[in-house]
Amino acid sequence: MDFNDTTEEAKFRKEVGDWLSANATLKEDEESGSYPGMGEDDALSLAKKWAAKLYDSGWACLHWPSEYGGRGSTPIERVIWGQEASKYRIPGGFFEIGQGMAGPVLMMYATEEQKKRYLPPMAKGEEIWCQLFSEPGAGSDLAGLKTKSVLEGDTWTINGQKIWTSGAHYSDYGILVTRSDASAQKHKGLTYFFLDMKSPGVEVRPIKQISGGANFNEVYFTDVKIPDEQRLGSVGDGWKVALTTLMNERLAVGDASGPDFQEAFNLACGHDLNGDLAIKDGSVRDKLADWYCQSSGLKYTKYRNISALSRGETPGPQASITKIVSGNKLQEIANFGMDIMDAAGIVRPESADAEQNMYQMGFFGAAGIRIAGGTDEILRNIISEQVLGLPQDMRADKGIPFNEIPSSNK
Amino acid sequence: MNFEFSSDQMLLKDQARKFLESEESVKKAREVLEGEQTYDESLWRSVIEMGWTATTIPEEFDGLGLGYLELCVIAEELGRSLAPTPFSSSVYLATEALISLGSNEQKQSYLPRLATGEIIGTLAHTESTSSPSVENLTCELNGNKLNGTKIAVTDGDIANFAVVSAKEGEKAVLCLVDLSTKGVEITSQNTLDPSRSHASINFKDAEADILGADVDGWIALQEILDRAAVLFAFEQLGGAEACMNMAKEYAMGRFAFGRPIASFQAIKHKIADMYIAVELARSNCYFGAWALSTDAPELPTAAATSRVSASKAFHECSKENIQTHGGMGFTWEFDCHLYYRRCRQLAANIGSQAVWKNKLISSLERANQI
Ligand SMILES: Cc1cc2nc3c(=O)[nH]c(=O)nc-3n(C[C@H](O)[C@H](O)[C@H](O)COP(=O)(O)OP(=O)(O)OC[C@H]3O[C@@H](n4cnc5c(N)ncnc54)[C@H](O)[C@@H]3O)c2cc1C
Repeated sequence: MDFNDTTEEAKFRKEVGDWLSANATLKEDEESGSYPGMGEDDALSLAKKWAAKLYDSGWACLHWPSEYGGRGSTPIERVIWGQEASKYRIPGGFFEIGQGMAGPVLMMYATEEQKKRYLPPMAKGEEIWCQLFSEPGAGSDLAGLKTKSVLEGDTWTINGQKIWTSGAHYSDYGILVTRSDASAQKHKGLTYFFLDMKSPGVEVRPIKQISGGANFNEVYFTDVKIPDEQRLGSVGDGWKVALTTLMNERLAVGDASGPDFQEAFNLACGHDLNGDLAIKDGSVRDKLADWYCQSSGLKYTKYRNISALSRGETPGPQASITKIVSGNKLQEIANFGMDIMDAAGIVRPESADAEQNMYQMGFFGAAGIRIAGGTDEILRNIISEQVLGLPQDMRADKGIPFNEIPSSNK
Repeated sequence: MNFEFSSDQMLLKDQARKFLESEESVKKAREVLEGEQTYDESLWRSVIEMGWTATTIPEEFDGLGLGYLELCVIAEELGRSLAPTPFSSSVYLATEALISLGSNEQKQSYLPRLATGEIIGTLAHTESTSSPSVENLTCELNGNKLNGTKIAVTDGDIANFAVVSAKEGEKAVLCLVDLSTKGVEITSQNTLDPSRSHASINFKDAEADILGADVDGWIALQEILDRAAVLFAFEQLGGAEACMNMAKEYAMGRFAFGRPIASFQAIKHKIADMYIAVELARSNCYFGAWALSTDAPELPTAAATSRVSASKAFHECSKENIQTHGGMGFTWEFDCHLYYRRCRQLAANIGSQAVWKNKLISSLERANQI
């Protein structure tokens, strides 16, 4: 056990640090740590510029092989990058689905030619990908999806509807799970594709979210054509490919973004409570200590998982705990932050950079994080079944052809 | 960087676990709880034979001179198996106090005998139901005479000597007291966890030898407690994980409504939450172990973080383990309560959760000022 760098690691860290300090702004030099209030267009162009800069300097998708636009880094080097980058204010929020989920799936299932075509622009942030999985009737129960795919010759025709598709409105490509055989059992009749979001028959309609923004969408498919070459995995094997995607999603999800221990601590050091600084208050210290332990526990859990990865072990669903813990922590910290600011905490500030905004955005964001990419409840199921080996839930849909399973609309 | 114990350390851990299982440590904890003896002497002798009491004692004082990482993995297994021995008092507290503060003469006199288990030590700090502070300490050292009373001293009726906190004038000091010396009166105290012995100790002009003559006793004590906190946290971690596993096993075998209770989500999610608490604690403990073993500047923060999260994990797991067992969990016969009791004992014996949370935030305040 050694939390210090080896000589090589120290060298790598210095290289990372030098590059970041020349190209990015330290969080502590800024009013707040992210860009909570920036409009989507501005944020996107900023993020694209940043991604291209990373790519051009060889810092994009560290762990990908270099022929696909990555750096071929070791897991430990990723940790070091993450540690150093966390000190800086780094634009993001657009490429995670592509680089974290679609990329790894293409790497496993696409042809060499497709990998050479799609991975580098994904790494560079030139092309953005979205995840077309959830449907109105299939979220937690993803395998209950109904969007239909029919093969004729070499071409598939897609009809149906997806929902909650983050970033569909600015995405160039999407990964899509469909039902190719409704008479097979639920998990057996699925087929997985990627497609061009500009294909005729794809219609994206924004959904207004609780925060007032509209980052996710409904996506309608009307006779959308997909060439068979864009199928990933065998016909009827889509569930397996989807699971690979979801496993990567859980690895890719970092901590919930928003104010964390340090922000809450700073806030408590700068505000009065009961006639003294809030940080002097016992109940404030109690909460801060809990959050510190959670943040630090998650940080080192991630490191331990990386150590397992370096030893060649496949990281299991252990990674699920990150989202449960950080989503709930964010929700608590957001409420705490506003509470500290007393009645003024809920007033929408003029400037997006104002302290209130970070907590107000976290207040809404956390509610979404606890649902997106597997709800808290589903993740607890995954931990109990896949990590601890407890029995699966009793299911009412086992062994039945998909088209005979009871559903909300029936 | 490498965030795991080495394969040698994992082997040691595995051996320790198997050894404690073969010694039927949990059963012995129950026997001590139910019987008259204050600890299990045969288990203690075996622990000594394994060399564990000598782990971190330098070779020049007849110890093994191993690192703290080794001691951490042993601690986890002792916690998992509820070992009813004075190990924590003698090793994490008394031995460590001597290693860090003892004069060469004191080390010569105590450490070799601690290594061989010939003597047992403990820390006597608590005086009342108020959490101790420099201001409220009432034990007094005058010259080499100690007066006052300590209570809830873990292993106080087993130990041969104690490291005692006291006031010398306005300042806090630590001193070594031979517990068989004239003027020392020991009275066993019944506690919630009789699988570990406790006593009150009254000192009347008892002869005491100052420990760490040229240091601030209060600060020195906090440093000792920080180091011990990591080791206690590993015991708590082991206990927490044992409870999680007990809950899991019971839930798999117990049927209700025609199915194993482990298939009810309320139970599954409860056990998933135990797992989360244990994993967070484990990760924090690993960082604590590293900070302890390297004497890193982060030690005070890392120690408090390990302690707070391991206390929390053990609390969660030991109470929800009882819940998972239903009525069986509330019986004397099942082992659930042994862990529930030990959890409370470990949570109390080097300061409460509130104290450690406050230490954690204070250490972060200091770190943020730099
Ligand atoms: C901000 C945001 C972004 C998203 N982005 C995307 C995206 O880009 N692409 C995409 O495909 N999807 C996306 N989603 C969809 C997300 O994956 C689903 O919302 C999620 O899986 C839950 O499905 P649902 O909404 O149908 O809720 P439901 O599945 O109906 O769940 C409702 C409630 O029932 C509980 N529940 C359901 N089943 C069980 C069970 N077996 N045991 C216990 N409780 C259960 C859930 O935990 C939840 O509390 C996004 C969602 C959000 C909020």
